[in-house]
Amino acid sequence: MTVGGRWVGAPVPRKEDEALLTGHARFIDDMEPVPGLRHAALLRSPHAHADIVSIDISKAESHPGVYGVVTGVDISAATGPIPSAVRVPIDYYPMAVDKVRYAGEPVALVAAEDRYVAEDALELIEVEYRPLPPVVDPKAAMDDDSPLLHEAVGSNVVHRRGFRYGDPEAAFEEADRVVRLEWTFPRYSSTPMETYGAVAQFEPAPDRYTIWSNFQGPFILHALMCGALKVPGNRLRLITSPQSGGSFGIKQGMYPYMVLLAASSRLLGVPLKWIEDRLEHLVGSSAASNREDAVEAAFRNDGTLIGLKFLNVVDVGAYIRAPEPASVYRMHSASNGAYRVGNIHVDNRLVTTNRLPVGLNRGYGGPQFFFALERAMDAGARALGIDIAEIRRRNFIPKDAFPYRAPAGAIYDAGDYEAGLDKTLDLAGYAELCAERGRAREEGRLFGIGMATAIEPSGSNMAYVTLAQTPEERARAGGRSGGLGTCTISIDPSGSVTVKTVSTPAGQGHATVAAQIVADALGLAPDDIDVVTEVDTLTSAWSLASGNYANRFSSVVTSAIGDAARLVADKVRAVAAEDLEVAAEDVELADGVARVVGVPEKSLPFRRVAAKTHWHPAGLPEGMAPGIFETAVMSPPELGPPDEQDRVASAVTFGFICDLAAVEIDPGTGRVEVRKYVSVHDVGTVLNPLIVEGQIVGGFAHGVGGALLEEMVYDEDGNPLSGTFADYLCITAPEMPTLTIGHVDTPSPHTALGAKGMGDGCSMLAPTAIANAVADALGREDVEPPFTLNKVWDLVASQGDAR
Amino acid sequence: MKPAPFEYCRADTLDEALDLMAEFGSDASVLAGGMSLGPMLNMRLARPAAVIDINPVGELAGIGAAEDGIETGAVCRQVDALDSALVRERVPLLAEALPFVGHFQTRNRGTMGGSVCHADPSAEIPLTLIALDGAVVLQRKGGARTAAANDFFEGIFATAREPDELVTALRWPGRSADTGYAFDEIAQRRGDFAIGAAAAAATVANDGTVTALALGLGGIEDRPRRADLSEFVGAPAVPETAAEAAAVAADRVDPIGDPKVSAAYRRQLVRVLGARVLERAFERAGA
Repeated sequence: MTVGGRWVGAPVPRKEDEALLTGHARFIDDMEPVPGLRHAALLRSPHAHADIVSIDISKAESHPGVYGVVTGVDISAATGPIPSAVRVPIDYYPMAVDKVRYAGEPVALVAAEDRYVAEDALELIEVEYRPLPPVVDPKAAMDDDSPLLHEAVGSNVVHRRGFRYGDPEAAFEEADRVVRLEWTFPRYSSTPMETYGAVAQFEPAPDRYTIWSNFQGPFILHALMCGALKVPGNRLRLITSPQSGGSFGIKQGMYPYMVLLAASSRLLGVPLKWIEDRLEHLVGSSAASNREDAVEAAFRNDGTLIGLKFLNVVDVGAYIRAPEPASVYRMHSASNGAYRVGNIHVDNRLVTTNRLPVGLNRGYGGPQFFFALERAMDAGARALGIDIAEIRRRNFIPKDAFPYRAPAGAIYDAGDYEAGLDKTLDLAGYAELCAERGRAREEGRLFGIGMATAIEPSGSNMAYVTLAQTPEERARAGGRSGGLGTCTISIDPSGSVTVKTVSTPAGQGHATVAAQIVADALGLAPDDIDVVTEVDTLTSAWSLASGNYANRFSSVVTSAIGDAARLVADKVRAVAAEDLEVAAEDVELADGVARVVGVPEKSLPFRRVAAKTHWHPAGLPEGMAPGIFETAVMSPPELGPPDEQDRVASAVTFGFICDLAAVEIDPGTGRVEVRKYVSVHDVGTVLNPLIVEGQIVGGFAHGVGGALLEEMVYDEDGNPLSGTFADYLCITAPEMPTLTIGHVDTPSPHTALGAKGMGDGCSMLAPTAIANAVADALGREDVEPPFTLNKVWDLVASQGDAR
Repeated sequence: MKPAPFEYCRADTLDEALDLMAEFGSDASVLAGGMSLGPMLNMRLARPAAVIDINPVGELAGIGAAEDGIETGAVCRQVDALDSALVRERVPLLAEALPFVGHFQTRNRGTMGGSVCHADPSAEIPLTLIALDGAVVLQRKGGARTAAANDFFEGIFATAREPDELVTALRWPGRSADTGYAFDEIAQRRGDFAIGAAAAAATVANDGTVTALALGLGGIEDRPRRADLSEFVGAPAVPETAAEAAAVAADRVDPIGDPKVSAAYRRQLVRVLGARVLERAFERAGA
């Protein structure tokens, strides 16, 4: 099973799957960690915007089986507002206090003996609303006469910052051709199989909150929850469930509900369990931000990209829920994408609207960013009469330029973008594909080819969000930098190995890869090693950056695992060396034994050596601490603070993706058929090819879903029109195009194993590659996903191509 | 997403079911496969005082030959009809339509009668029944009647079933000589309710002229309906006729529009799907 004697890189089947497939995995809804649980249900606002005139809970409170009812007034008395990185006068509570700002916002919580009774009682709560005019279109929300969500702010534009790198004005002045595009990028989500869920318990003497949940992190949000609950960190214990049924970023957005449940537990004096149902999930969990963006790209006639302007309008929904505005800053320091362009202007506006607040969703900010940059590349190629592959080739950062300092501060670790492009063209049979397009067009068929390339930032710098502040504000707030990775490896008195990663996976296979890494370091097999991935903030070694987001596992956590494994290996070798009467550097760990290099018959079982650190401390080498509990804490050294020019190394690794899509549009029905899709990835060192492939296919599914089907639609009154799975159309297996995957992998010098992050993958590019292909097929640039039947047919019909 | 309280009443025989229908009338919902009623209960869109479970009624589960055609019991599972050689042999249009009904998981549970009673305008089984001029058998305590499919469907989720009546069976006319059948639909995703669906039956004489023509349309209007295409009787059974007839049908429908799908798009689907199924039916009639 090993490859070249190593587990890392081998297609090790996932340790997780047997339990998952046989129904033995435990999820949050399986957990009853304390007795006496009451079940919570939430009354949610039917209005997008309304004053709450009164709430009468008396009938609900006296309903048989009901334990108590909590309203927003109770919550605001018991907690503080949830803090935000954007300093504007918005008090964000997890439950509406005097005004509702989106349809689906929690208004009251009922605790009852079971969920049925709780939902019965919700119907007995009488809320009098005074409807207010809603605003759901972010452009309209920016008008001076727009209804205001937050009166104290005085505007729905809650954040605006401009950035300038190089000399963008001069670049646009000297450009031969400027391409400008503007569009609406839709709001969509990831709809994991398992919804939000939490159990919260408040215990007095001393006051302490414990929350069991399927929260995914980042655990920087623990500090915000402590702020809202007004307790120090050691009085808010977060414990994550052993398994999570998918997240894709969405389960970041559950922390306000955790605050709500914790505060309600305190107010009612009982532990509470809440499992979000699908109706709640689709109106009240989280989504990627919809955008009203524009891009301008300045080209020379030879296709050289010399300047970029990004004019971003981000709809954050009803509140700026942290870590927003991070969605527009995650890609910021890599605003040049895969290209050499040095002159960049960015203008970011965040707008509140009467919609669900936004948050992490696979690719976080990437799909929107690459829609701007990569649509501009294809449009620029068409405008200049240059092939879409060739224009990219002429602008790529060359392979000998790495590590590459991007104009806005990102440090690209390694890459060979041109080789990735060539591989893509090769796998696509590009010349023949272009010929096929030519033949199709001669027959009057609507056939198009589109491309998109991406760099894939992974392992976030906790400080990049502070780009939302001016350098002066940052200086006043004190320094921020880094993104700590931690890992603990212990060996118990029986000599067996347990790894703790605090990486809260939601299906990615962290346990398998962690076991591979540790197996290599200790000369064991992955099956010998148990991996605990959940977080317990009272007993785990964790930090702000812990959790599962931004492709963090392979880009940061694997380095910490490697560090901890090395500490363990060094100790075991030192113990063995004494017993084998050789120097520690002459001992190797392999095949389950510690043995003398070159003298394999001189060996001791690994377990016995490791167990000795518990059983016989007096027999250990002089000065050695007994036991084996090794914790590695590291912060990637690249991740410094933003400088005064707003440059920051936002991430540890920068993978590369090159996608190519060919589509044909049925002029009768508007159906966009993806005829070919090729995606070539640079993931650095491949840690486990099975998992890498699974991640790529999964990211592709999310991207195609966004391209063809998925949108959270609101009507002009702010009513969600995609509140069930009959209306929010997730991609399913029959809609999946065939995906051809290729690799051009360049190991990262920024990680211990050379791996790069790679989980976002095609989720960032498929909407753009397919949009570019649709634009090519229709001969127009004003195309916006999702490319649903009626919408595309309307485009086709409007240009007289319908049949 | 939990139902409001209701009384669960299990019927083990048809008589028990009819007694319960008489007792509860419009206060009851009948539980067949539950593929629509289940979510409606959970979303509290349906709030019956009682749910009458007719799944145990074995006499309503069968598929039997009836005259030239077949009869499917109300709780006959869609999967059983799909797997039935009798259905394939005698009612090929139904056999072609059934794979479009939901997903294999829902077909394992969903019933023939339940789909007809639910009367979703875009559902395939009601459309097929309309296209074939089938009938619905209804029983109440002490009485029974048969309603022509054309009279049964009255609008979105609305049928001619009286509150105390139970649909016990569907009657499907058997295939006719020299007749070709075809079914197709357009949905955003495989297994979704159709945006538009079309079911055709065309009888073609030896000289290649159309002697009878039926085009049923689903998802277009508030109920499945047959287009009046009598003027094409006598026309040649060729693709041009199919396209022309579909265009005429498209002109005559009164499509519903909603925020996601416009009336104009539904009309377009009548053109596309109508031509597609009529052309196929012509080919199969000659085959």
